[in-house]
Amino acid sequence: MNFEFSAEQLAIRDTIRELVQDRVAPRAAEIDEKAEYPKDIEKLFAENGILGIPFPEEYGGISGSSVSICMGIEEIAKACTTSSLILAVQALGSYPILVAGSEEQKKRLCPPLAAGEKVAAYALSESGSGSDAAAMKTRAKRYGDEYVLNGGKQFITHGSIADTLVVFAQTDPDANHRGISAFVLEREKSPWQAPKLEHKLGIRGSPTAQLVFEDVKVPAANRLGEEGAGFKIALAVLDRSRPGIGAQALGIAEGAFDYALNYTRERQQFGQPISSFQGMQFMFADMATQIEAARTLVYRAATKVDAKAPDLTKVAAMAKLFASDMAMKVTTDCVQALGGYGYISDYPVERMMRDAKITQIYEGTNQIQKVVIARALLK
Amino acid sequence: MDLDLEPHHEVFRASVREIAQGVVEPLAAEVDRDHRFPVEAVEAAREAGLMGVLIPKEYGGAGLDALAFTLCIEELAQACASTAVIIDVHTSVGSEPILLFGTEEQKRQWLPRLASGELLGAFALTEPASGSDAASLKTSARRSGADYVLNGTKVFITNIGHAGVYIVFARTGADDRAAGVSAFIVPADSPGLRVGQVFKKMGLNGSPTGELVLEDVVVPAANRLAAEGKGFTVAMRALDSGRIGISGQALGIGQAAVDQSRQLLASQPRRQGDDFTLAEMATRLESARLLAYEAAWLCANKRPFTRIASMAKLHSTDTAMDLALTALQLAGEEGTIAGSPFERHMRDAKALQIYEGSNQVQRVVISRELLNTR
Repeated sequence: MNFEFSAEQLAIRDTIRELVQDRVAPRAAEIDEKAEYPKDIEKLFAENGILGIPFPEEYGGISGSSVSICMGIEEIAKACTTSSLILAVQALGSYPILVAGSEEQKKRLCPPLAAGEKVAAYALSESGSGSDAAAMKTRAKRYGDEYVLNGGKQFITHGSIADTLVVFAQTDPDANHRGISAFVLEREKSPWQAPKLEHKLGIRGSPTAQLVFEDVKVPAANRLGEEGAGFKIALAVLDRSRPGIGAQALGIAEGAFDYALNYTRERQQFGQPISSFQGMQFMFADMATQIEAARTLVYRAATKVDAKAPDLTKVAAMAKLFASDMAMKVTTDCVQALGGYGYISDYPVERMMRDAKITQIYEGTNQIQKVVIARALLK
Repeated sequence: MDLDLEPHHEVFRASVREIAQGVVEPLAAEVDRDHRFPVEAVEAAREAGLMGVLIPKEYGGAGLDALAFTLCIEELAQACASTAVIIDVHTSVGSEPILLFGTEEQKRQWLPRLASGELLGAFALTEPASGSDAASLKTSARRSGADYVLNGTKVFITNIGHAGVYIVFARTGADDRAAGVSAFIVPADSPGLRVGQVFKKMGLNGSPTGELVLEDVVVPAANRLAAEGKGFTVAMRALDSGRIGISGQALGIGQAAVDQSRQLLASQPRRQGDDFTLAEMATRLESARLLAYEAAWLCANKRPFTRIASMAKLHSTDTAMDLALTALQLAGEEGTIAGSPFERHMRDAKALQIYEGSNQVQRVVISRELLNTR
């Protein structure tokens, strides 16, 4: 047992921490206000090798370890959730290739993603198919050496800017979830449309797109795994990405906590810093404790992913559930700690509170996490 | 980062579980009902070498670390919280001060007898007017030649009447706060030492709790632990790691509540509301377990652990209480009948939020650390 990061991981963390402080944190409020995708930060991460974290060295990356991915996401999310999604979704969109791709597919598709030359995304949800992913309607029909996709996807993070998009579609609609297959769409060969971006409560700089596929041709060589294996791949990917959402929630909470704690030391009322009041102290003690509890669970899940442990599905769901609920509570309390200033946009904690909400919803709502956990416990 | 237990820890846990499930658990309901000291359970623990888990082999103990100790208490508490607290207090605050602060001679004199279980240890800090504010204690230790003479009353002393030796904190100096406190090793058979009232409690009924009355108790100066005036440091350090043991108790009770809830739900038609409750229970328990193990790991590896140990105590005991209440709710009326493990867990769990520093005191400790060091 060892609760500490390796020296190599700490070196990666320090690099990220410095970049985040110097280049990301100063942009966070503007990214949120303008709801603009921070292409500059994507470039910054690409140049500094951060987007190589999700990939093992043989595919052009620097790690591939879930612990390292979580550590990176956590660090970035402390300052800017939108920016943390650049790493998180690069991982999410690449996992299907890493989990289910052939050696040829990994060697061909991963290096440009690891280098940050291309952006990845993951398209599972549809307007009528959210928690019930198996109910998807997008159709892929085979004609010779290629498939033709028709349908649409909903709530696709980076779906409008991605170069490499993993899409799940029905190849055998009668077979229900056993008829779903996974495809890698490369934009230049298989262009899709993103007619609408959503206006959102939080993660406003991160484009969330509706996607439309009209006779989009995909080479059969870009199908991941066998026909019908798509649903299994989708779930295996979510098992691996959920600790990352936990890490994101953790980072958001820590960012808000650090800001609010510092604020209470400066803020004078009744002739003393408000941090001298026990009511405030207890709030912060509780927040710090919940953050620490979430941290251990997030990294527990990450180590389970790295070890391919048999109970990783359950622990990953627990990490996502606990950390995201924690982040919602902590950021709400941080707004409370700042009082009226907490509610206005000149201070970052209201943005963090808005950003926290999505972590309870995406990559499986927390209700779905409970279904997953209960299923594991009662099987 | 590697958050799996080492194989030797797993083996040790399994060995404790065997005793816990084989000997301790079958006694739990009766011990609770009859408010009796679980002699057989403590004897089984003694035979298995569990009374000296933290004591080095050279002093007759098992020489294991804080993580092994946490696992030991967790397994025992899952079976019987009363037995767990008896052994927890004996091992941590009852023996560790001698291990950490004793002279070589004191260690040789006391540790082998504590490790073998010949003597049961206890910790006497709290007084009727001095609980969370431990530095205000009034028990006096007056120097008289080569001895000290102790007078005062201690209260809420776990293992009262069964302990062979008490670590007693008393005032030696003029300073009326922490700097005037010293620590003493006081044998239970010292003349003038007697057991006062033994309390009837809502839970942990097998673990005796009561008053320790000290009337002109003569203690040789050789039994003073650490320098005069350093007693408060001894107490605080003992409580720091003591909190790890309490976290172990909380994990055990929490695990029992989750396991019994799971068995109950598995025997019924599935309902999503109950499924979700169980999922939340298991998730919270897992977070508490990891935090407690982190505190134990930090302690075992000589890293600073005060803040994390307080967080672990706060989070795991709040979790145990909540899980016990929730499990009782799932069990419904049957769970409320005396003798049901559901109602016992709820009564037992409550003590954990209060003793070895109430959870309010943990918040004081945590916020002090946050505001000074972050």
